[in-house]
Amino acid sequence: MNVLTVTDARKKFGSVVALDGASFELRQGELLALLGPNGAGKTTLIRAIAGRVRLDGGEIRIFDRIADGRRTPPELGIVPQEIALYPLLTARENLEVFGKLHGLSGTALTKQVDWALEQTGLADRAREPVRQFSGGMRRRLNIACGVLHRPRIVLLDEPTVGVDPQSRDRIYDVLAELAASGVSLLLTTHHLEEAEARCSRTVIIDHGRVIAGGTLAELVDRTVGRFRLVTLRLDAPLAAEAIVDVAAAAPDISADATDARVVRARMRDVALELPPLLERIRRAGRSVDDVEVRGPSLQAVFIHLTGRELRE
Amino acid sequence: MGTLLRIGWLNLRRDRVALALVFALPILFFSIFATVFGGQGDTATTRIRVAVVDEDRSELSARLADGLRKETGLRVRTTADAAGAGPALDRAAGERLVRNGDVPVAVVIPKGMGEAFAKQGLMGSSGPAILLLSDVSDPVAPQMVLGLLQKVTMTAAPDMMVRGGIRQFEQYAGAMTPGQKAAVDKWLPQLKAQSETGSGGSGAPQAGGMGVGVEVVDVMRTDNRRGSLVSFYAAGIGVMFLLFSSVAGAGSALLDEVESGTLERLLSTNIGMTGLLTGKWLLLALIGCAQLTVMFLWGRLAFGLPLFSHLPGFLVMTAATAAAAAALGLVLATLARTRAQLSGFSTILILTMSALGGSMFPRFLMSENMQNIGLLTFNAWALDGYLKVFWRQAAVWQLWPQVLVLGGLTVVFLGAARALARRWEAA
Repeated sequence: MNVLTVTDARKKFGSVVALDGASFELRQGELLALLGPNGAGKTTLIRAIAGRVRLDGGEIRIFDRIADGRRTPPELGIVPQEIALYPLLTARENLEVFGKLHGLSGTALTKQVDWALEQTGLADRAREPVRQFSGGMRRRLNIACGVLHRPRIVLLDEPTVGVDPQSRDRIYDVLAELAASGVSLLLTTHHLEEAEARCSRTVIIDHGRVIAGGTLAELVDRTVGRFRLVTLRLDAPLAAEAIVDVAAAAPDISADATDARVVRARMRDVALELPPLLERIRRAGRSVDDVEVRGPSLQAVFIHLTGRELRE
Repeated sequence: MGTLLRIGWLNLRRDRVALALVFALPILFFSIFATVFGGQGDTATTRIRVAVVDEDRSELSARLADGLRKETGLRVRTTADAAGAGPALDRAAGERLVRNGDVPVAVVIPKGMGEAFAKQGLMGSSGPAILLLSDVSDPVAPQMVLGLLQKVTMTAAPDMMVRGGIRQFEQYAGAMTPGQKAAVDKWLPQLKAQSETGSGGSGAPQAGGMGVGVEVVDVMRTDNRRGSLVSFYAAGIGVMFLLFSSVAGAGSALLDEVESGTLERLLSTNIGMTGLLTGKWLLLALIGCAQLTVMFLWGRLAFGLPLFSHLPGFLVMTAATAAAAAALGLVLATLARTRAQLSGFSTILILTMSALGGSMFPRFLMSENMQNIGLLTFNAWALDGYLKVFWRQAAVWQLWPQVLVLGGLTVVFLGAARALARRWEAA
């Protein structure tokens, strides 16, 4: 079931086109990555869904209700890119403040604050001022403040920016638990690995437009196909007369533009196609120093779709 | 070193606001202060307002009133209406004008003055004295009016003085001869004519002993004059710093929230922009009340400021002033795009308003024009209210003009802040 549907979203800031007809949907209980380079329109899209940016055109539907773009729908929880916390307040005080502003009070508030502290692993630091927290802890608390009131949809803008790998894993564990409990999560990121490894689906946005969307397998099938990329490092470049013989075993083979000792080949079935290639290299009088086999990745998909690598 | 200078110069040149502050701000303040304080020597704009109450209705009293009216340093008022209409002032009305701060001095020419003068002439010490109803805390006006009054008695009625003198002379030395009488009768009209045309009467006031008796009466009846003066400075400085702290508080309340992203988060909750601004305003107003209260309490402890005897008026003025200052702070914070802009613009505005509005120099000592211009500032209304409470012993209900203006400003400022804050709502 779709809990959020964005259709043909358009927004201009002056002469800058931020959204140019973006469309996608978020399903119940999924963790959807909105992937794109800086300036692609991810944050504008998130803010439009949150009722903080009024669209010039298009429609945002939340649980079959059209969002008016004037205020944040009550079903949403927002986790902004900035660490939007009061540094002089303790973790608990921050949670209590935002919980109250979201309409929680009394025992419900206490219960939710305890739950959020537990979920984010901050229960033992609850009474410390936030300014003493590490970057990862602040990020987790930032998320906790956005999900405290148990929203059905959570929008997270770059929730793992500037945190170490350990904290990043912890954050994704929290998000996975929320998704498992039925919450639908939409997060923006420009980390391919995160989207690939931790999200159920990915929507790729570039120049304000959604250029592809689906699971990794779907995206791969639709773009680069199910090839493996085999990279071989030889002891010396192949002689010109040997290349024809080697190429007969692997039609897609090519030498690296900067290092002639490195050759790459695309293979549908590595077990079947790699041994004959290695045999021909040996016959050409070269030995193989290193072999790398890579499966189809989001990186390859992104390059295929946009013609460029995803910038940090 | 040259590189460092170049970096500094490029940064300054490209930050137009900073550049303007470096060069324009001192010029602006110099101009304001030169206008406020430099204009004091200009008699056309610094005439002292004086109420003249003529209880005597004699020729002498009329001549004295007329003489005072001719003085270029004074603006004389003899009627209930400032424009010259209405009934003539009586003593109570004159006193009321002084107590309300409408005029700094009222001159009362008591009944019997002319008669006593006619009998006793210059040595009129046993007759009724002219009363100078004044606020003696004002260091300038009563003294100036006293001096001018002595001058006027010598110059406005020289013929009457001589006649009184001759009468006294005859009393002790015997009657004049018919020839002497004829000569004096011929001379006196000339003397009178000279005084009326002003050709023979100019110059410095004569020695006080030779003039009429003058009694200075303090109508403010302040039990603690030093305390009143301290209350003026407590209010003046207090209001100026209240404005600074309100702007700084509003700046951190809003611009910090914008920068840290908490504003974005707050706006995604149930509170909304109107609720947010109301909450911020209430907090700033309460802090402002606390700030002024602490300031006046310190004034009470350290300088004997009569706080507890004026508590209701103080509370009313403090609440009204803090509410308006908080709202002004919010307007400035919503107007500014950056902290640098907020700091620069608010410094200009607050110091200008403080100079014109009397926080640095009492408004009643400024020229009339500057006093009127000062009414355009926030400080003037706040300080007028505090002066009414502590100096003029006004009842709480008499503060209504100040409370009304400050209340109105609060509403206008809050409305403006709400309109300006739209830019932080949905883009």
